[in-house]
Amino acid sequence: MPADDTPDGTALDTPVDTLVSVEGLGIRYGSEWALRDVTLDIRRHEIFGIIGPANAGKTSFLRALNRMDEFTPSMHIEGSVVFGGRDVSSWRNVYALRRRIGVVFPLPVGLPLSVYDNVALAPRLAGVRHKDDLDEIVERCLRRAALWDEVRDRLDSLGSLLSGGQQQRLTIARALSQDPELLLLDEFSIAVDPVTTMRIEDVLKELREEITIVLVTNLVQQARRLADRTAFFLSGECVELAPTEQLFSGEVRDRRTTDYVEGRFG
Amino acid sequence: MFETTALNRRNERVQHAFRLLFGLMTVVLIVPVVLILGVLIWKGGPALSIDFLFTDPRNGMTEGGILPALIGTVWLVTVALLASVPVGVAAALYLSEYASDNWLTRIINLAIINLAGVPSIVHALFGLGAFVLFFGFGTSILSASLTLAVMTLPVVIVSTRESLQAVPLAFREACWNMGATRWQTIRRVVLPNSVSGILTGVILEVSRTAGETAPIMFTGAAFFLPFLPQSVFDQTMAMSLHLFVVSTQVPDVPEHLPYGVALTLIGMVLVMNAASIAFRTYLRQRRKW
Repeated sequence: MPADDTPDGTALDTPVDTLVSVEGLGIRYGSEWALRDVTLDIRRHEIFGIIGPANAGKTSFLRALNRMDEFTPSMHIEGSVVFGGRDVSSWRNVYALRRRIGVVFPLPVGLPLSVYDNVALAPRLAGVRHKDDLDEIVERCLRRAALWDEVRDRLDSLGSLLSGGQQQRLTIARALSQDPELLLLDEFSIAVDPVTTMRIEDVLKELREEITIVLVTNLVQQARRLADRTAFFLSGECVELAPTEQLFSGEVRDRRTTDYVEGRFG
Repeated sequence: MFETTALNRRNERVQHAFRLLFGLMTVVLIVPVVLILGVLIWKGGPALSIDFLFTDPRNGMTEGGILPALIGTVWLVTVALLASVPVGVAAALYLSEYASDNWLTRIINLAIINLAGVPSIVHALFGLGAFVLFFGFGTSILSASLTLAVMTLPVVIVSTRESLQAVPLAFREACWNMGATRWQTIRRVVLPNSVSGILTGVILEVSRTAGETAPIMFTGAAFFLPFLPQSVFDQTMAMSLHLFVVSTQVPDVPEHLPYGVALTLIGMVLVMNAASIAFRTYLRQRRKW
């Protein structure tokens, strides 16, 4: 794409530090295309929002970023995804790649381990052994996920027995415990009450200093609150990518974007 | 307000009829179990004593106890388990956690199901040919146990695989997304949550192994041996074969003796099943989702 024609309104003199660069990405399940020809960049230390109705390819997009396609035999990927300067498909050690990318899915997955072990799992996998280090990571991540105060007295009880909203925050804490460079959030607030959602959103804004976040959300206003830039996906196509305010102010290239964000859609 | 219509009443009658039918079937199912246990206890109970369990048979097996058969069965089952459980669990782990779904995997699965359907007498002949003759283990505990192991292997694989697949895929994906390798995922999340199911399958296999007669007849179980086996290369007596022998092959056996043997055998199996249920309950209490 020519530099003087960036559709996302980047000022040309701003040096852009790209973390993920996606080019010509196509994803299909069997012969069914979920996503076609998506080209975009995700910059370091931004919150990159993705909105769009069901079946837009948002989740598939996330799955391509850390090679989750390998979990689904029918899923095929075309084009390239470059993470940290290197094509993800060229990582021979896919585990090292995934360790640098944290993922939170819409449905909470409290692993059937204690709350403590849930959060300590990733550091342990990465070789952290000392109890003090683990304690520190567990507390920090649980605090960030706005869960610490609720579970500090029962770190030994099972993570899978927490309530749905708590499990979701546990999942977020677990993703943070990997110390990821990139955090993929897929509808993280679907099982969380609005007050807690706001607390987590505050945390995400702070986290922007340290990591990069891709936020897939059905809550258009959530993207507006959090995202620096937002992409609008529709039926497997990236219709629009713009700084969030621009996208919501109606200065868009495609009418469908405005229709969607203003709720006039379908 | 609401009137019961003819249709409501008819639905209710049908519902009652089916309930009665299914209930009756359940009773029919219980009857043979109760009868078998009842007859065994009634006829074999008097034969049971500490002496019966812990002395050798005497007088052409018409008197005395069953110690060598009891010990022999323990040997056979133990060695069979040592062979079949590691192989079976490892194979199930491979098929469930590593293998991709392709034609080879499907053929292997088909082969396992077919292996489970092979009659035990065919396994006996296979064991005779393979372990006794080809590998030269002779008629021994080793040959008999390996034959039993081959026979029970498919069931161990299938029950293990089912326990593994009962662990939700979401747990695995959560682990993989953290950068866990397949093995780390298996060790930390999959196995701890499927071990109760795996053990249940294994223990149920024990009871089946203990009762099998045909596979050990040609491969290592002896008609009568006045001594206890010292190693896996000895022949041994076994409860199941002993029951067959004292019921049909030896003249003038007092009636209570075979019933006593049968009662002991079924008692062993029931104790093992009870242990498996207790163990599973214990593990379930620690189960986590």
